[in-house]
Amino acid sequence: MTYQTDKTNKKALTGGAAAAEALRQINPDVMPVYPITPQTPIIETFAKMVADGEADTEIIDVESEHSAMSAAVGAQAAGTRAMTASSSQGIMLMSEVLPIAAGMRLPILMLVSTRALSAPINIHGDHQDVMFVRDSGWIQIFCENVQEVYDNTFIALRLAEKVRLPAMVIMDGFTTSHSVENLEILENSVVKKFIGEYNPKNYLLDFEDPKTFGPVALPNFYFEFKRAQIEATDGVIGEIGEIFGEYEKISGRNYDVLESYQLDDAEKAIVVAGSTAGTAKVAVDELREQREKVGLLKIKLFRPFPYEQITEALKNVKKIAVFDRTVSLGSIPPLYSEIKNSLFSILNSQFSIQSYIYGLGGREIFKDDIKKVFEDDQKGREIKYIGLK
Amino acid sequence: MNKNLAQKFAPGHSTCAGCGIPAIVRTVLDATADPVVVVNVTGCFEVTSTLYPYTSWKVPYIHSAFENGGATAAGIDGAIKTLRKRGKISKEKRIQVVVFAGDGGTYDIGLQSLSGALERGHDFIYVCYDNEAYMNTGGQRSGATPYGADTETTPAGKMSFGKKEKRKDLMSIVIAHHLKYAAQANAAYLDDLKMKAKKAFEIEGPRFLLVLQPCTNLWKFPTSQYVNIGRLATETNFWPLWEYFDGKYKINWATENPKPLEEFLKTQGRFKHLFKSGGEKIIDEMQKEIDENWGKLVKLVDV
Repeated sequence: MTYQTDKTNKKALTGGAAAAEALRQINPDVMPVYPITPQTPIIETFAKMVADGEADTEIIDVESEHSAMSAAVGAQAAGTRAMTASSSQGIMLMSEVLPIAAGMRLPILMLVSTRALSAPINIHGDHQDVMFVRDSGWIQIFCENVQEVYDNTFIALRLAEKVRLPAMVIMDGFTTSHSVENLEILENSVVKKFIGEYNPKNYLLDFEDPKTFGPVALPNFYFEFKRAQIEATDGVIGEIGEIFGEYEKISGRNYDVLESYQLDDAEKAIVVAGSTAGTAKVAVDELREQREKVGLLKIKLFRPFPYEQITEALKNVKKIAVFDRTVSLGSIPPLYSEIKNSLFSILNSQFSIQSYIYGLGGREIFKDDIKKVFEDDQKGREIKYIGLK
Repeated sequence: MNKNLAQKFAPGHSTCAGCGIPAIVRTVLDATADPVVVVNVTGCFEVTSTLYPYTSWKVPYIHSAFENGGATAAGIDGAIKTLRKRGKISKEKRIQVVVFAGDGGTYDIGLQSLSGALERGHDFIYVCYDNEAYMNTGGQRSGATPYGADTETTPAGKMSFGKKEKRKDLMSIVIAHHLKYAAQANAAYLDDLKMKAKKAFEIEGPRFLLVLQPCTNLWKFPTSQYVNIGRLATETNFWPLWEYFDGKYKINWATENPKPLEEFLKTQGRFKHLFKSGGEKIIDEMQKEIDENWGKLVKLVDV
């Protein structure tokens, strides 16, 4: 539902409608979409906007989510802005194509309304779907509320195009996607200026200088492709600050890769991503009234994970409670795992531990390479490569 | 080789000796002067033409996955439509989106993606080079593999005569999508293929070409023989050359006295087991099916 609350820039919208409103202002070039069960309200809201002439996006009603992402790859590679929306089983079905989009360095934008995975089939909100694809090479930004859904859609687009990686803007299924909240909308012209034109350097429809997209790269080259992608992904954290700054200038809203709430003097802290951060803030407020030194750390950027910022934010907290709305079967839950990883660098550990990536794409590893790791001082980069050219 | 033919697809690719795919691709692409974007799905042709840091492609090319040729083309078509609508490319400029896919990527894993793209009416040509099995992975049966063929996953043996199922009638499936033009062609009849490709390029909307591609590896024949064996496929009515245009069917090559199917079968190792005792029955069944299919096709033309 959508209605005007006053004559200025305030509206009351569901998360899905806010995402559609942001899409209307972006006016994407191509949107391949599919109504998987569970369906999000984003695409039908936006389709009506196109039908009413408020946007002139080419909507392609594809026959599956696999084809939705495949068509998005085709359209984005062609040199246009391609976006889609999905959730749950839909993300599972497109999961083959997600690393392809990232590997081809195509800044596709996807709005996700998170839902549980089957079986048993459920359709309601949890984070299993986005967590399942957390290593697919996509930027992942979690939203607490409808305002953040709207704002992050623009921020993610700018970021994705800057670093040439695809991005997911993640809202909680039903809790955010179907709940009406007040939000502030920007002027169309302000949005247009903020997102700018999409002018990729390499694109498929360049007939003067034709390119081959998606080649075969065997063990002699594959690793280097991945290294470039790893560096681009790590580079997100360095690029996002400037975009947040620019966004604050046009919106007055100040964002960061995480949000610290009552954390300065907190002895105990909750760590959470998504809409539960809102509920947790109320819980923190009530405990603070009882003079409990509690706080909250809200994770916004989950991929790439901002380890340093999180270590800094939590370094003085004595007791940490990490909330995961997902499971990692046979392992510990992903957010908990990442928080533990973030804290390792400030624990007085007896261990010296170093990460080595080796053998990508079939690159050979030899006995001497293995022996050499013990000569490494294990200083410098947290991740090092064996066998990279 | 003829330099004109290598303007879009260069020499130096690594397809097998005696492979007809490059001839199919060059013949098709040579049939238009419009700018072309090539979509390729995972398979023999993709791995032999794009080995990084080299590429055989002198036109824009994209490969994404195995089963998404139709959807990838749909996305590019959507991009072209938007760019045209928004005045970023000229409304008069025709851009041809051409998919090349094998039978595995078309009959089987990519059928849904193809069906969706045909049904939505995207402006693209889909060319299936049909070598009747999964050859990039070494020769497993596909929905295009003929009855009786020996493949890695339908091996002939004491208890088996090879593939037990008939091939899928892909042309009928495609035509059921109400597209304007679909044609069956053969790598051994390049003039016929060129005529069909030219016709296809002039039409708007989805168009489909199914091209027989005799494969020396799977079919097991000497590399010098693909044209002769391709010709036998048509001369025995195993692979008639025909086209469908706007509701009408036309046979492009026919003889009053088709050769017995046996003449086609005996040239290939994949049917070798049928020439041992007990194989006559299978060959008879195959001949019967070929005759029936030909009869059905002739009826469609008469209508």
